Amino acid sequence: MIPAAFEYVAPTSVEEALAALAEHGDDAKVIAGGQSLLPVLRMRLNAPEWVIDLGRIDSLRGVRDGGDHLVIGAMTTHHDVGQDPLVHEHALLVSKAITHLADAQVRHRGTFGGALAHADPAGDLGAPARALGATFVVQGPGGTREVPADDFFVDLFETAISDDEILTEVRVPKHTGWGASYEKFVRIAHQWPIVAVAAAVRLDGDTIAEARVGLTNMGSTPLRAAAVEQALVGQPATEEGVAAAAALAAEGTNPPSDLNGDADYRRHLATVLTRRAVLSAAGRS
Amino acid sequence: MARINLTVDGQKVADDVEPRMLLVHYLREKLGKTGTVVGCDTSNCGACTVHLNGRSVKSCNVLAVQADGGEVTTIEGLAGEDGQLHKVQEAFRECHGLQCGFCTPGMIMQTVDLLNENPSPSEEAIRLGLEGNLCRCTGYHNIVRAVQHAAGTATGTTEGASA
Repeated sequence: MIPAAFEYVAPTSVEEALAALAEHGDDAKVIAGGQSLLPVLRMRLNAPEWVIDLGRIDSLRGVRDGGDHLVIGAMTTHHDVGQDPLVHEHALLVSKAITHLADAQVRHRGTFGGALAHADPAGDLGAPARALGATFVVQGPGGTREVPADDFFVDLFETAISDDEILTEVRVPKHTGWGASYEKFVRIAHQWPIVAVAAAVRLDGDTIAEARVGLTNMGSTPLRAAAVEQALVGQPATEEGVAAAAALAAEGTNPPSDLNGDADYRRHLATVLTRRAVLSAAGRS
Repeated sequence: MARINLTVDGQKVADDVEPRMLLVHYLREKLGKTGTVVGCDTSNCGACTVHLNGRSVKSCNVLAVQADGGEVTTIEGLAGEDGQLHKVQEAFRECHGLQCGFCTPGMIMQTVDLLNENPSPSEEAIRLGLEGNLCRCTGYHNIVRAVQHAAGTATGTTEGASA
């Protein structure tokens, strides 16, 4: 399958990219790594007149220490984020989720910012980003603004990024010393998660002092399971201690029904996977 | 049309291409490198895997213009100039890591990438590392054995790595 014809521009700075966006507006699509966009173009589900490629903007690539947070450039590939020692040390949950993301070839091309801006509710990065309270930095003609993770995901494939803006970096607060786990439920290799749960916990001895839990594919956006987080605080990191809190995982969610499972099945999965993810993050499984 | 310059299997090439041209179509139709095949055309199967700037990618999921300035290695560039097979190609032949053979170019290219990153992978690491490559004959056992053979980690009936 061959995409419909389009014009192509590959700016080398964010300013040039924004100028191209301003010029072509509704007729343009921004391509990052292209691992989600190119299948869409090939199937002709979308046929933009212009494709603006961010792949030549070096300043959007790389991970750096921002003090109390990490700064992940939007165009850093999944592979590079996943291998980054800073990410492993301060945002282990992100490293763990990336090991489950697509396959090696896609991780070599696909980008951290591209996947988050694509906002597929079954994507593997939204739940960790919400759980860890990431901040999304977007740049437009009026300058730069910061969007908290809780406001970034608006709906299915829809984010707070305006048509004239691009995502430049994601700031992830450091969770140094926290345990982490990403439990992804699939029936076959290389499938989108039917449900996945991202969990990070800080232990104080054998007690859970703090917890962060995000849910993948339990609604039209990635979700944060705030009720579970609160219920985990002060609990012993044991099967019994975690079970009652995990049972709250599906509270207030509106998961989809499809061929892989109906909404009730997903609600059940969310509670089971939350229990497993929290126990695994606490080093108890 | 857009002008692209790249190095493919050690040869410098330059062409005017439509921006919508996929890298795999450029390799096959412009350069005649039909060793790289189109399998699923949906970026699932990995049959079209090549290396771009040293890392494996699915060439049906990369635009030729995105590869501009880059270095591409296909299955046709693995063997030595004297025709000596790459050790991974040799291992797939030795262990019969194929049935119909259609997935083989991609399997071999992904195996080379996998072994570059992890020269002694466990069986689990091999199966995970080849997750993005499908064999519709389901001939996975011999493929895994071939990777182990190439890595020199094979056990059982096959002898040690030949490379």
